[in-house]
Amino acid sequence: MKIVLQNLTKKFPNRSKTGPKEVVAVNDFTFEIPDGKLIGLLGPSGCGKSTTLNLLCGLEKPTSGSIFFGDDDVTKVPAERRGVGFVFQNYALYPHLSVRQNIRFPLENLKGDQKLSKQEMNARAEEASKLVQLEGLMERKPSELSGGQQQRVAIARALVKTPRVLLLDEPLSNLDARLRLQTREEIRRIQRETGVTTIFVTHDQEEAMSISDMIVVMRDGVIQQIGQPQEVYDEPDNLFVAKFLGTPPINVFKGYVKGEKLFIGDEAVLDAKGVADQEVWATIRPEGFELDENGPFSCALTGVEVMGRDISVVATHPQCENVTVRAIISSRNKVAVGAQSVRFTLVPEKVFLFDPQTEERICVQ
Amino acid sequence: MDNRNWKGWLYLLPAILFLGIFMVYPLIDVLIYSFEESYNFASQTYQGVGSYNYSYVLHDPYFLQAVKNTFVLVIFTVPISTGIALLISVGLNSIKALKNLYQTIYFLPYVTNTLAVGLVFMILFKKTPYTDGLANLIISWFGVQPVDFIDGPYWAKMFVLCFYTIWVVMPFKILIFTSALASVNQDYYKAAKVDGTSRWRTFARITLPMISPTVFYLIITGFIGAFKAYSDAVALFGTNLNAAGMNTIVGYVYDMLYGSSGGYPSYASAAAIILFAIVLTITCINLLVSRKHVHYS
Repeated sequence: MKIVLQNLTKKFPNRSKTGPKEVVAVNDFTFEIPDGKLIGLLGPSGCGKSTTLNLLCGLEKPTSGSIFFGDDDVTKVPAERRGVGFVFQNYALYPHLSVRQNIRFPLENLKGDQKLSKQEMNARAEEASKLVQLEGLMERKPSELSGGQQQRVAIARALVKTPRVLLLDEPLSNLDARLRLQTREEIRRIQRETGVTTIFVTHDQEEAMSISDMIVVMRDGVIQQIGQPQEVYDEPDNLFVAKFLGTPPINVFKGYVKGEKLFIGDEAVLDAKGVADQEVWATIRPEGFELDENGPFSCALTGVEVMGRDISVVATHPQCENVTVRAIISSRNKVAVGAQSVRFTLVPEKVFLFDPQTEERICVQ
Repeated sequence: MDNRNWKGWLYLLPAILFLGIFMVYPLIDVLIYSFEESYNFASQTYQGVGSYNYSYVLHDPYFLQAVKNTFVLVIFTVPISTGIALLISVGLNSIKALKNLYQTIYFLPYVTNTLAVGLVFMILFKKTPYTDGLANLIISWFGVQPVDFIDGPYWAKMFVLCFYTIWVVMPFKILIFTSALASVNQDYYKAAKVDGTSRWRTFARITLPMISPTVFYLIITGFIGAFKAYSDAVALFGTNLNAAGMNTIVGYVYDMLYGSSGGYPSYASAAAIILFAIVLTITCINLLVSRKHVHYS
């Protein structure tokens, strides 16, 4: 099911006495989600991603704009008739019902000609539980399950009525680090197997990048960039997106362009063809540094962290906005122990320039 | 006994001391009195030990009337007051405007003096040579003959007593229910809404199980409270409850001790022990039933 959002806007009245009268949680969203894809809505807390999810599911009504599932305009359709499955952040499993009863619950609500017999309900519940690998746990209460298992029950409950769209609100935030890795693979697998268009919300960029077909980066209710994870990572449209994606985070420097050369401090570190003389934010991905004794860019060395496959060079630079400059380089390189400074050459495609006022990308030819 | 253990007992001492002197000792004493025949307060003497006191009490028509009245009161007021309180709380929980105002209004009876309210009820229901009272005025609109609810037939008096009791116990129940309902995580309702659950089913399958510990708590305390009813009857029908035929078990105990025909601590003790046995039995039954229907998270 293709999903189209058209000029979708949601305003909430401001509760606090100071500030504006209204808070715009979702500001004029227009985008299209292709059928059968896994989409990650990504942004810091308060950026409107959960509100977007609630609008899609029908728990909130938009102030203006419309939502289409396929060709159906569902803007005014109540939640229960949209055919969405929703997985809540805290799973919202009914604690007094067994796993089986929880999964069957949505089916028992069906009325009229959709009504199912007991056998059909059980068969459907069984099928959903198999999909999320919950067989053998059907008679347990949610409190007797681990966090990951509860999550899977919630997904099974959302999928059991074969929804047109599956929505997940922060699906991994309640799990520990190990389960998180496992569960995100699981979500990917379930999505592939069912082919249901899936949208999930997260503030964890790694989570979003790792399993999404497409990510939507949001900030303060405004879409910053939409695209495939790698594309967004490699070609950020603005400073916010560049800073938000990637661990360790991108290194941000105050710099300027003079005579088509990028300067950081007094050093001309890179060519900047086609860029007029101006001040810029020069941002460099951690993997954009290469050790080079004769390199143009020097930093004061603080330390070296060995991580096996890579080493992380920690340094400082007076023009750097981050506390430290972090460079990830292959462990084949050797950094002299006790050295006071370190020199790098920069990888051009890992360096992005942004306008200091608009924070928009400045393209280098 | 090691040091830490010793300290623990020290901290418990005040409670143990006070409960022992003012609760456990009197309870045991009551049990002993109930088997001592013709116990006399003044001389502190008795004439024998046996079950005569119980036999006397159980054959006393006033006691049997009191037991009947108490049971009628319990059977009608506990389910009705709990049910109505739940309905009102669910209503309160689903409105936004004026919620606090309504909550205050519903809570008012709780902070009002029982005897004062009893007086008001008496005026509303009493039939005098001068006026039939407001209640009779209202039923006369429906073509019903006026009844004296305070001095009239048994069912009318019982109706007033039940009505009054329900009115008095409701605020506390509403207070507890509204806070229980407010503490149910809203995500359950959102999940139910997305799944297209009807309102009734949401209430029966989600809300009710979620607040079942509270329902159970109110039913148990409601039963115990209603079994111990006394002041409500006095407020409506005066102190001579036996003459009015509206005595309760606790009222009977009081009358046996201090009433105009009182001065029988042995009978009073026996009646008190019988009440204790009844309440204990009912509470045990409640506990057994609740095991199946109450869900503690």
